[in-house]
Amino acid sequence: MASATADVERRRGPSGYAEVTPRNLARRYARDRVVLFFLVLATASVLLALLTIVGYVFVNGVSALSLDFFTQDLGSPSRAIQGRPTGLGHTIVGTLVVDGLGLLLAVPVGVAAGILLSEYPDHPLNPPLRILNDTLNGMPAILKGLLAWAIIVKPMGTFSGLSGGVALAFVMLPIVARATEGVLRIIPWSIREAGLALGLPRWRVVLNTVLPAARVGVVTGVLIAFARAAGEAAPLLFTSFGNNFYSSGLLRYLTGPVDTLPARLYSLAISPYKEWHAMGWAAGIVLLFIVIFSYVFTRLVTRQRHATDL
Amino acid sequence: MDPAADARHVTPPPTADQGAERAAQAAEAPVRLVTEGLTVHYGSNVGVRDVSLQFRDKTVTALIGPSGCGKTTFLRALNRMHDLTRGVKVSGKATLDGHDIYAPGVDPVTVRRRIGMVFQKPTPFPTMSIYDNVVAGLKLVGIRNRAILDEVAERSLRQAALWDEVKDRLKAPAAGISGGQQQRLSIARALAVEAEVLLMDEPTSSLDPQSTLRIEELIHELKQYVTIIIVTHNMQQAARVSDYTAFFYEGDVIETADTDTMFTNPKERRTNEYITGRFG
Repeated sequence: MASATADVERRRGPSGYAEVTPRNLARRYARDRVVLFFLVLATASVLLALLTIVGYVFVNGVSALSLDFFTQDLGSPSRAIQGRPTGLGHTIVGTLVVDGLGLLLAVPVGVAAGILLSEYPDHPLNPPLRILNDTLNGMPAILKGLLAWAIIVKPMGTFSGLSGGVALAFVMLPIVARATEGVLRIIPWSIREAGLALGLPRWRVVLNTVLPAARVGVVTGVLIAFARAAGEAAPLLFTSFGNNFYSSGLLRYLTGPVDTLPARLYSLAISPYKEWHAMGWAAGIVLLFIVIFSYVFTRLVTRQRHATDL
Repeated sequence: MDPAADARHVTPPPTADQGAERAAQAAEAPVRLVTEGLTVHYGSNVGVRDVSLQFRDKTVTALIGPSGCGKTTFLRALNRMHDLTRGVKVSGKATLDGHDIYAPGVDPVTVRRRIGMVFQKPTPFPTMSIYDNVVAGLKLVGIRNRAILDEVAERSLRQAALWDEVKDRLKAPAAGISGGQQQRLSIARALAVEAEVLLMDEPTSSLDPQSTLRIEELIHELKQYVTIIIVTHNMQQAARVSDYTAFFYEGDVIETADTDTMFTNPKERRTNEYITGRFG
């Protein structure tokens, strides 16, 4: 501390604090470069880790990818060992059903909760909602599976895609709510006032002027929630459970046990068959692709049509 | 520096004759909006204190005074915009055509439909087209009849002197037009719901001199349809556009008079000091 003070004293020359000499200018640029170096280093290490995972999954799984992989169901291990047609078609369908159901349940409720959190700070339900939402967000995903098990699997007497979707909805819900709240908060207050000054009721202002302005941000939040939930295996273990075959009809995906990629990936990985190990890696590729594809697709669809001066 | 101040070179202030004539006409107009002892508290602070003013039909009243004097606070009390801010308490009375707008059971939504507001910064709804912005106040309460909406859009845009500039691109995003046009769009939007009183909170302070001039000319024309109350920092603007002026200082109304009297022969020392630029 003493040296810092001395430093300041020394620089406070006759021409004042702000004097720029070639020497201190060079020092400032040097510091700038050092900081930039560390930023690049940090970014590179994150990217490296990401690329390592993607590359590793790809290298190990690509051999198992074939047309059969996408169209056949898994059946027994003998199929894979004897080279008969086998695949994860039923797993991909199951994943889409369960994840889609999760989204269908979580998005309306989550967006509504986010609106309450951001737009109605004085509502009596606001503080408890905030606490509960944060609690739900921090709760281990396996407990959400347990919850879905208790409220759906137990009464129905069977594992089901429905219970899996509900479990994933619990995973998505708090993320969607917080993301929605966050983006609504950065929409300028003036837009709300302009709407209210037109004599529009509060809910109209929120739904038709504030929410559209926040659309891109809300969609990003939903995608993050989706990506997170799509990779969850734990809440599905005792809800959608797993299945080695196609279900007989779409309804059976909701009412009976279904396969999902993360859970199947796990069971393939711990199996003793090397053919299944490769299929597990391939399941990883498909999972990555589903998440990336939905991200890119949604981005393109919801691209901001109007340049705004927000 | 306030860019609007440059605009004073464009429009000459009204001559004494014109001014007297204007004031005489205005004096016959019925009183629409009245405040009696209106006081606004922010927590334990007082925003404006005991303001009693009258606003006559189809006249322009300017509220002037240094920053923080309470003129915007007062303006926002007139269409219950304070309802949304925590810790703000409005007391006293404000009546539109004799009906207390703060009476229990009066819905602020109905008040704001009759008393519209234009803000300092233009506030087009960013995701809507020009057309949708104008008719937002109708469309979003369920009016879907295309013919009605088209008619209202054209009328409002004409009244706001914007029609000729945007008639060929009504479907274009509202965020893409200039700041001055956006401000006129905000005015058109308020006219579309047939507001009878228009509150303007420094409507030209974010605009360049040309756009400021357009808005000022527009205010003159709008007097045919609506009662206008305008907050301005620019004394020349107050002199150019208003029939009456009220001078606010530290939460009190110090003086109120017809604009020509106010600017030529103010009674109060502080008014004189403010309008001659000695403070504020």
